Amino acid sequence: MKHWTVLAAAGLLAAAVSLPANAADISGAGATFPYPIYAKWADAYKKETGIGLNYQSIGSGGGIKQIKAKTVIFGASDAPLTGKDLDETGLVQFPMVMGGIVPVVNLEGIKPGELVLDGPTLAKIFLGEIKTWNDPAIAKLNAKVKLPDQAIAVVHRSDGSGTTFNFAYYLAEVSADWKSKVGVNTALQWPVGIGAKGNEGVANNVGNTKGSVGYVEYAYALQNKLTHTNMINKNGKNVGPTSEAFQAAAANADWKSQPGYGVILANQPGDQSWPMTAATWILMYKKPVDPAATASALKFFDWAYTKGDKMAEELHYVPMPAKVVKDVEGYWAKEVIDANGKPIYSMTN
Amino acid sequence: MKKTLGRRPVADVALQSGSLSVAEASDRSKVLQKLRIGDIGFRLLTRGAAITVLLILGGIIVSLVWGSWEAMGKFGFAFLITESWNPVTEQFGAISPIYGTIVTSIIAMVIAVPIGLFIALFLTELCPMFLRRPIGIAIELLAGIPSIIYGIWGLFVFAPFLQQYVQPLLINTLGNVPGIGGLFAGPPYGIGILTAGLILAIMVLPFITSISRDVFSAVPPVLKEAAYGLGCTTWEVSRYVVLPFTRVGVIGGVMLGLGRALGETMAVTFVIGNAHRISASILAPGTTISATIANEFTEAVESVYTSSLILLGLILFVITFIVLAFARIMLMRLNARVGA
Repeated sequence: MKHWTVLAAAGLLAAAVSLPANAADISGAGATFPYPIYAKWADAYKKETGIGLNYQSIGSGGGIKQIKAKTVIFGASDAPLTGKDLDETGLVQFPMVMGGIVPVVNLEGIKPGELVLDGPTLAKIFLGEIKTWNDPAIAKLNAKVKLPDQAIAVVHRSDGSGTTFNFAYYLAEVSADWKSKVGVNTALQWPVGIGAKGNEGVANNVGNTKGSVGYVEYAYALQNKLTHTNMINKNGKNVGPTSEAFQAAAANADWKSQPGYGVILANQPGDQSWPMTAATWILMYKKPVDPAATASALKFFDWAYTKGDKMAEELHYVPMPAKVVKDVEGYWAKEVIDANGKPIYSMTN
Repeated sequence: MKKTLGRRPVADVALQSGSLSVAEASDRSKVLQKLRIGDIGFRLLTRGAAITVLLILGGIIVSLVWGSWEAMGKFGFAFLITESWNPVTEQFGAISPIYGTIVTSIIAMVIAVPIGLFIALFLTELCPMFLRRPIGIAIELLAGIPSIIYGIWGLFVFAPFLQQYVQPLLINTLGNVPGIGGLFAGPPYGIGILTAGLILAIMVLPFITSISRDVFSAVPPVLKEAAYGLGCTTWEVSRYVVLPFTRVGVIGGVMLGLGRALGETMAVTFVIGNAHRISASILAPGTTISATIANEFTEAVESVYTSSLILLGLILFVITFIVLAFARIMLMRLNARVGA
C-alpha cells in the first residue's frame, strides 16, 4: 500500500515538473502588421531550440491592453508608447522590424507604380475633397497617365490598427486639414469610404471595387497582386515602395531621440526614403514578475535580430540596422532587471 | 412480499392496493412518502435550473451597466442621438450603429418572412411527398452554416455580384423614381446596408421556415379536411385555417429570426462597410451595433472608448428586449381578439 502512495506522489511530482516545460512557450499578443514575420521567425526558432512562440495578432491596441493586464510576456504595437506612458506603466519598448505601407488602387489599365501621388493629394482623397480620378490635383502629378472620369471609392480599415495609425500620422504630417479634422489614432472617424477588416480585408475590397483606393502593408499588396502607387517624398522625389526605399527612411531616422526608440518613420527626409515607412515595437516589463519567461523572450528577440534578417527580407520587411540592435541590447542590459538589479538576459554574442 | 414492495414499479403497487392489510398500508404510506421526497427534489431541481437563467441574465445586465457607467456619465442621453464616433477626440454616439442595426434587420425580415412562410406552406400543403425531405434538409443545412462562412461568401461572391449586376440596375431604374430614389443613390460599392440586409435575410430564412413548417404540420388534419369539405381552396385553407391556428408558433419563429438578425456579427461585419455614418441610400456603407463592437473592441485602449462599446452592447440588449416585449403584446392582443 505504501508503495503505491510513493509511486503516486512521484507521478504527481513528475507532472508538476513537466508543466513548466510546456509553459516555456513565449506568449505575446498585439500588432497584425508584423504577424507574418513573427510567425516565420517562430517557426524557425522552434525547429532550432524547441521553444515555441504563441503570438496572437489581435491588433496594436489589444497588444498594449494585454501587456498592461500582464496576461502575456510581451505586447506588440505599431504605435509606440510615449516616454510618460512607459514610465507610468514600468514598461520598456524597442523596435523589432520595419515595413512599408503603400496606397493601392484599382484602376483599369494602370500598372503598379504608374500612378504618382503626393501626401497632400492623398490626404484630400481620404478626406473626400477629391472625388474623381480625373481631378486636376491628381492629373497635375500624372501628366502621362490617362485618368478615368470615375468616382473614387475610398477603402480603409474598420478595426483599430497600427497600420492606420502610421498612415494617419503621415497624412497629418503633410496636411493641416487632416490633422485638425481627423487626427491620428489607431481608429479614426473616417470622413468617407467603406471600412474593411484587417489588411487582408482592405486588399480584398480594393481588388473587388473598380475605382477604389486603400492602404495596406506592402506584403499584402504583393500577395494580392494589387496596383500600388508611387509617392512624392519629403525631398520632392518620386519613389516606389522597395526594400531600399524603406531602408533609406530607416537610415535617416534618429532612433535615440525618442524614449523607447519611439520614432515614427513617416515622412522621413532623404531622396530615396519611402514616406510611409513604419516600425513595430515590442513592449515588456522592466521588472517582470516572471524573469525566466522574460529572459526566454529576450533570447528569442536576440535570435531574431541576429539570425532573422534574411527571413524578414523575404517577406519584404526591413530588419533593424545593426547599430540600433546593438543599442537596444545595451538598453535591455540596463533596463530589464530582476529584483536584485541584475540584467535578466545576458547577450551571448 | 413486504421487503420487495419498495422496489416494485408504482403501477404494481397501485394494482394491489385494494387488497392491502393494515401492516401493508403503513408500508404503503412510507413508499408514498419516498415518492413525495423524490417529487420535491425534482421540483427543486427544475426550479433551480429556471432560476439560473434569471441569475445569468441579471449578471449580464449588472456587468453591462457597470462597464458602461463611465460612458453614460460622460455622454448621457446625447449618446443615443449623436452621430459622431471619433476615437481621436473620444466623442462617441450610437445613432448610426442603432440605425444600421434596425434598418438591416427590417430589410432582412421584409424579405425573409414572406419567403419563409411560402416555403413552409409549400412544404406542408402542396409539395409532392418525394420532394419534402430534400427541401427540408436543404433548409436545415442553411441554418447549420456558421455565420463566418456567410460573411466570407458575402464578401467574395455575393458583394461583387451585387456590385456588377444588381446595384447598377437599382441605381439606373429605382434611383430615378421620385420619393424613393434617394434610397438607391450613390456609387455601387457592392458592400453596404442592403448587402448586409440580404445576407441576414438568407441567414434567418431557415429559422422562420423550419419553425413555421413544424407548426403548420401540427395542424390537426380534421380541421383542414373539414375546410376542404366545405369547398375551400388550398389558399383559403392556408389563410383561414392553417395560419390562424399556428400564429403563435409562426410569430415565435419570426422573433427568433429577428433576434438573430439584430445580433448577427461576423457576417455583417464583412459586408456592411463599417462606416459610422447615416446615409439616405441603402447602397451606402453603414454599421451595426454588434459589428462595431467586434471591430473595435480589441483596439479600444482608452477607458471611455471601451465603456462606450459596452454601452452599445447594453443598448442592443434593450432593443432586443423591446422587440420581444412588443411581440408578446401583439400576441396578447391577437388572443384577446379571438376570445371576444
